[in-house]
Amino acid sequence: MNIVACVKRVPTTDAEVKVAADGKSLDESGLSYMISFYDELALEEAVRTKESHGGEVTVLTLGPSSGTKEIRECLAKGGDRAEVLADPGWLSRDCRATAKALAAKLKDLGADLAFMGRVATDRDNAAVGPMVATYLGWACVTDAISLEIADGKGSAKRETEQGLETIEFSLPAVITCNKGLNEPRYSNLRGIMAAKKKPFEESPAELVENQASVSALAPPAPRAESRILGTGPDAVPTLIDTLRNEAKVL
Amino acid sequence: MKPILVFVEITAGAPRRASLEALGAARATGAETVAVFCGEASAAAACNGAQKAIALGGDSSSPDALASALADAVKNNDCGGFLAAATSAGRDLAPRVAAHLDAVLFSDCTGLEVSGDQLAARRPWLAGKVIADLVSSADVFCATTRLNIFTPSEDTGPDSCDAATITAKPKARVTSLEAKASARLDVQEAPVVISGGRGMGDKEQFKLLEDLSAAFGNAAVGASRAVVDAGWRPHSEQVGQTGKTVSPQLYFAVGISGAIQHLAGMRTSAVIVAINKDAEAPIFKVADYGIVGDALEILPVLTKAIQAVKAEA
Repeated sequence: MNIVACVKRVPTTDAEVKVAADGKSLDESGLSYMISFYDELALEEAVRTKESHGGEVTVLTLGPSSGTKEIRECLAKGGDRAEVLADPGWLSRDCRATAKALAAKLKDLGADLAFMGRVATDRDNAAVGPMVATYLGWACVTDAISLEIADGKGSAKRETEQGLETIEFSLPAVITCNKGLNEPRYSNLRGIMAAKKKPFEESPAELVENQASVSALAPPAPRAESRILGTGPDAVPTLIDTLRNEAKVL
Repeated sequence: MKPILVFVEITAGAPRRASLEALGAARATGAETVAVFCGEASAAAACNGAQKAIALGGDSSSPDALASALADAVKNNDCGGFLAAATSAGRDLAPRVAAHLDAVLFSDCTGLEVSGDQLAARRPWLAGKVIADLVSSADVFCATTRLNIFTPSEDTGPDSCDAATITAKPKARVTSLEAKASARLDVQEAPVVISGGRGMGDKEQFKLLEDLSAAFGNAAVGASRAVVDAGWRPHSEQVGQTGKTVSPQLYFAVGISGAIQHLAGMRTSAVIVAINKDAEAPIFKVADYGIVGDALEILPVLTKAIQAVKAEA
């Protein structure tokens, strides 16, 4: 099976982020990066699917041409080859342009299954997976927490506010992965050594113009100063009174 | 301005609260608001804020076929905007609709503004560490609305309802739904969220949060990443950067120190109460009100007090 894990390099989740002097973009100085949390699940599911069905796992990313450390790490965790779609403007690339570039590459690669994270933990848009599937005319399951593939078909479960949905679909398909689907493996020394010899290709991303533009980027409005109402259970009556008469939420 | 089409989710014959909020957001822009839903035409009148309604007939079990029908409805009604609530269904469908319209999507918006003839979105990035104001050059402005942010309209829906049919060949279909055991509210929908962290001591003590939640009646229990990773609570309850982002009217952080990833997920709540042993915990920096002390001692007293308040009401 021709399997692709689409991953994105994002600022680490523990990062304090600052707005750049232009008031429209992130201050990149001092930022460090990681593969988006849910994309780690996508990579793991891609590798597991290969382990049970055979085939090859391509790690696909749209990102900076310098950002190869995180992609090498994906090869150490079981990816067979990497394709970087180089985009100097990757930090401000919108979901539509990203989806179109990924869709074009997935078509070139002749993929049967593409795994992505449920959402990238930078723009929190959760849009690229279903957009890619729609551009390609493929099936798509979002937020998958279980997956079975057999005979060119698949079955997946996702959790909604109403309960647990089962979705049956045909291949090719895009699956976006949610926590609970698997526990990603760690890389080991053997994997890291093997990764050095795996094919690693970079080509310029096929890009359309962004439709989204940022008119302003700002830190969240500061919250009012907090008030400690007291210590221990004795403070409960004060809390009730405050929530009722001051905050007016009771 | 061109009309805005809003996808409305119907449960038990009536629009979901989250969809009424999305309709309210559309109506507040001043644009003509068109509600589209799967179900009986009789639901149209309950689509508050809509001037026009379309009931989609046919098989609605395929998200790809439904998205295709929604995109057709946008085109056939010459709409300049498409909105859905950022629920499971809305987040799944909206990107597909946007792709059919070859438009960019702004997910989980906390603000919608009209400037001139153009719509602008406000939404958190990096789980709320920064707030972005965005405009789209697409022909159709596509967005999903964060729950508990927008106010439903007081105008009732239309008396009449048009019909359209879902016709695209499905590539995927929902074949079953295992409904939740209880009618528990989701953390993203509940007006009150009571989250617990490591400070709860162990898994069993979450019963105290369940009790407080039950006393409120309209609350959901949430959890920090630490307790989800420890297996005390399911991921569906996790609040924070790798969980859900919530904006309830009242948020309790109990035994949660307040890692930056957690703060990102709850700082847009209207009122935040923190209960923590450690007076220096970062959670007290974003909380409106705090009690310093052992959550296990405070919670039973708080639950009784809330029960008394609710009994009065």
